[in-house]
Amino acid sequence: MPNAIPENSVGPDNSVGLVTPETLHFDQPLELACGRTLSNYQLVVETYGELNEDKSNAILICHALSGHHHAAGYHSVEDSKPGWWDNHIGPGKPFDTNRFFIVCPNNLGGCHGSTGPNSINPETNKPWGVDFPSLRARDWVQSQARLADHLGIQTWAAVVGGSLGGMQAMRWALEYPDRLRHAVVIASAMKLSAQNIAFNEIARNAIKSDPDFHDGHFLENSTLPRNGLALARMIGHVTYLSDEQMGNKFGRELRSGSFQQGQDTPVEFQVESYLRHQGDAFSNSFDANTYLLMTKVLDYFDLAREYDNDPVKAFSNALCKFLVVSFSTDWRFAPERSEEIVKALIDAKKNVSYAAIESNLGHDAFLLPNERYEQVLYAYMERIATEVSV
Amino acid sequence: MSIRIDLDIIQQWVAPQSHVLDLACGDGALLKSLKEHKNVEGYGLEIDQEKITAAIANGVNVIEANLDTGLSQFADNSFDTVVMTQALQAMRYPHLVLDEMLRIGKQCIVTFPNFGHWQARIFLLTHGRMPVTKELSYQWYDTPNIHFCTVKDFEVLCAEKNILINQREFVAERFLDKQIKGICPNLFSNTAIYLLSK
Repeated sequence: MPNAIPENSVGPDNSVGLVTPETLHFDQPLELACGRTLSNYQLVVETYGELNEDKSNAILICHALSGHHHAAGYHSVEDSKPGWWDNHIGPGKPFDTNRFFIVCPNNLGGCHGSTGPNSINPETNKPWGVDFPSLRARDWVQSQARLADHLGIQTWAAVVGGSLGGMQAMRWALEYPDRLRHAVVIASAMKLSAQNIAFNEIARNAIKSDPDFHDGHFLENSTLPRNGLALARMIGHVTYLSDEQMGNKFGRELRSGSFQQGQDTPVEFQVESYLRHQGDAFSNSFDANTYLLMTKVLDYFDLAREYDNDPVKAFSNALCKFLVVSFSTDWRFAPERSEEIVKALIDAKKNVSYAAIESNLGHDAFLLPNERYEQVLYAYMERIATEVSV
Repeated sequence: MSIRIDLDIIQQWVAPQSHVLDLACGDGALLKSLKEHKNVEGYGLEIDQEKITAAIANGVNVIEANLDTGLSQFADNSFDTVVMTQALQAMRYPHLVLDEMLRIGKQCIVTFPNFGHWQARIFLLTHGRMPVTKELSYQWYDTPNIHFCTVKDFEVLCAEKNILINQREFVAERFLDKQIKGICPNLFSNTAIYLLSK
């Protein structure tokens, strides 16, 4: 006989336990950077912890390319895995839910409940599909500012993000300088390199060349470009890992077949099987048009474009303090990219601290446990907690 | 090491509201103190992971960097004062770090342990071995302090490089040393503090 489950009974003691996402509707039209307007939209959001009386303890978590609003805790007792940043969010964790009110929305254009390509276009009464307006990081930031308004939060104690999430945190610092005290920018960059864009374009091509893509109108054709999306994810996934980590994890281990003389059975390396599994799992849970849209947001992001391509000039608008973190084997957003951010901030005479974390886990390190990474986050969040008296 | 006296003297040489770069900032104690007493905003560079975490917790701006290679990113004259306390002896190329400090800062403050102190001399004379002190207790083969110098060594280097010594102060620990350090700083001071410019 199932009883009502107390929130803290799911997961380990330092988990936020069971969480329920909330869907918020916004009727004020949102003018987008591309010139188009969303007349109304919804954002699905998870929050953890309590907003304090003077509303000073709120932290915005911005997700990365394939992330979503479910950053911590469990949706049901059957969930085998918690949210994507459960390592860092919870009671006693760096983003301590005993002290902070943590807000994590699914971004516009996403496929986990916020308005995106899978939503119905009110003008056609059909799913937007590939016709969903193209977005920029600043559009997300604007929608997140509306979210803050809705929650009664004038100033975030911190805006935090890894990778594409870090780009949003930096954009926040320039667009709404007086609405955040701190920006925590992890494994990120001020703009993508040609190599980054190239990998994204290969991924997009994989999706578009799937016969089930139907020029992006696959929902109307009741198909899904699973193969293309899986291939796109396989390509992306390789860029998130380090050579060393793949070597340690898989080496040249075989999953099936053998190289014995006289045998002609098909050989499958463990790494092939792993990648295929990653691709298949992703293609069943993610939307191909969202993937195209999000990779474009990444490609188009250029923090200093409208500041005469001068990052110092760009950051001179910021008022918040910054923590920048990089990981040694991250070759997607290498430590050099973080050091460019730090240099621009120093030249702009802004408050910044920088930690270069030793890790063999590549770009994915920002999502994974690492003692020093956690210590740095703890120390920085402790300082924020002191500032906002929580 | 009389670190407090160190910091007090440095504090006197740093102008209020100025822009300071602290090389090998440790846990950020100097920057924190400068911020509190002189309203100085600055950055500390540090390579030790635990010290970086401590500096973050102390609320100062700390940048993870290797001083032997990481100073080229800073523009000429971009700081009012560049400080390095008790770290010159740990640099791979102390003379090049000095050049870099004087390029980046309008003025520089350097402190180092003086190996010309009589105790070090007596240690070498009587034991015939490299001096090991209570504060710097490393053995010669396993120490971060790879370039010890004396007050005289340092001033010879400054003369060779045409570095101006604007001010110098000496810190002694023993009562008698304190009384007579002015006679021969190289013999009686434990720590030397220099204010330099080009």
